[in-house]
Amino acid sequence: MSSSVGIVTAQRATFEQPLTFKSGAVLPRYELMYETYGTLNADKSNAILICHALSGHHHVAGYYAEDTKNIGWWDNMVGPGKPIDTLKFFVIGLNNLGGCHGSTGPSSIDPATGKPYGSSFPVVTVEDWVNAQARLADQLGIQRFAAIIGGSLGGMQAMQWALAYPERVAHVLAIATAPHLTAQNIAFNDVARSAILTDPDFHGGNFYEHGVVPTRGLRLARMLGHITYLSDDAMADKFGRELRHGKLNFSYDIEFQIESYLRYQGDKFAAYFDANTYLLMTKALDYFDPARELDGDLNRAFAAAKAKFLVVSFTTDWRFSPARSHEIVHALLHNRRDVSYAEVTSDHGHDSFLMEDTQYIAVMRNYLDGIAEGISK
Amino acid sequence: MNASIIQSRPDFAAIAAWIPEGSAVLDLGCGDGSLLRYLRETRKVVGYGVEISDANVATCISNGVNVIQNDLESGLADFENDAFDFVILSQTLQATKHTEALMKEILRVGREGIVSFPNFGYWKNRMQVMLGNMPVSTDMPYQWYDTPNVHLCTLHDFENLCATHEVGILARHVMTEGNDVNVLPNLLGSMAVYRVKRAA
Repeated sequence: MSSSVGIVTAQRATFEQPLTFKSGAVLPRYELMYETYGTLNADKSNAILICHALSGHHHVAGYYAEDTKNIGWWDNMVGPGKPIDTLKFFVIGLNNLGGCHGSTGPSSIDPATGKPYGSSFPVVTVEDWVNAQARLADQLGIQRFAAIIGGSLGGMQAMQWALAYPERVAHVLAIATAPHLTAQNIAFNDVARSAILTDPDFHGGNFYEHGVVPTRGLRLARMLGHITYLSDDAMADKFGRELRHGKLNFSYDIEFQIESYLRYQGDKFAAYFDANTYLLMTKALDYFDPARELDGDLNRAFAAAKAKFLVVSFTTDWRFSPARSHEIVHALLHNRRDVSYAEVTSDHGHDSFLMEDTQYIAVMRNYLDGIAEGISK
Repeated sequence: MNASIIQSRPDFAAIAAWIPEGSAVLDLGCGDGSLLRYLRETRKVVGYGVEISDANVATCISNGVNVIQNDLESGLADFENDAFDFVILSQTLQATKHTEALMKEILRVGREGIVSFPNFGYWKNRMQVMLGNMPVSTDMPYQWYDTPNVHLCTLHDFENLCATHEVGILARHVMTEGNDVNVLPNLLGSMAVYRVKRAA
């Protein structure tokens, strides 16, 4: 039987060594929030790192003693007896640099000025995140991960680990992700960013000192993003053309249920998420492209990888479509790497990677059970 | 485990016999991954399977076999020319719709192909047809209305396809209930395994 990891406590790791970003910017010191579940074994070979996507953070599983309703974002996947089994693995979730859940980010105080970083926080890339994550691994004494797992933007980090630190990861589980964003995908991000950047309350990213939050922009960005995370079918099934008050009101108020839902999601998100973090996350997505410096040759980029891969996509995910996963698979096959690919039939679009689909769960469980067997030998 | 696999699938041993140690192998329609697992354990192959069924994909992963979930009928676009030493199509040919196109793809991706299928010309099958029914046997255990088999053929038929499609036959192994058949194979063999390559 599977259950929850129960009460968890977030921890803070401090790094006094400066981190140089891909952009050339330097962060003299920084902090990362993280949580761990399960027990690290004696030879430290059972560690799994979970990389989060755009709006994720370090609270992956369980709940807080003081806030029992705050359940981790991947609690259906991580826990005792769950696919990422905390009875077998030592699982780490972290909040990436630039985040807004306690790790050093735009809303943190810059010691140099005594004010929030705001617009002066460096544009962070997937490569930068992975370098920071590697330092966290160093601090925790983990030389090599049994697996690094991520969906969407998290999948990009998991892949980057295999390319940048091939000796430090045995398995990569890259879920609902892509080797780089398409023009269409970047375009969506640009509209989302424009919504934030043009909000009068944004103040060039330094809204903190004005005591305001660019809620309207952030809300629009989230509404747009949310549309692209769902499939046409899922939206039709869930909302159809249903009217909130049963009749047309000939006004611009909320009339259709889908409008009500999107605005609710937008408001909810804008209430807690940092606008600068949203900008940074979308930029990291746009920039990720391991083949960029190799004339676009993904085969060459993946030549560095040594990890075994599980690649998973979802049939109705049009933001990170199965075709994009095939590109990853193709590059791995070209390099004769161990790779399995599952294309899960699901109605939920990009969001499927967070859902509890029977086939998805079976694939994840079987693959991770195999990793666990390899460790105990 | 190996022994039981070989008993239930006599074509596996025939296939394995042609595969040198350490070969790169692609198994099309790999099912639960038994053949690949068998080849990995006995021949140390670097292997991948292609499989469409969800249940089989999950089982392959459980078996520690590399599996790519895809429909064979849509081609082998994930794979490059000459990517494999051997491409195997075991007991699947007869269930493919685009058989001609697939044969071409097999020999694009593989330096050699290994194809096994039930022989429709086996005398017991002929008898059943003569007596007025579609054949049902161990190798073709389906009723006409629920069979996945759409392109059943005899050894002659397959060899004709090869002759007209620039497919060279390197070797042939014909069996009935696991025993080799050397006399009148198209009549006495219930199943055949062919080793083929692009005809120069």
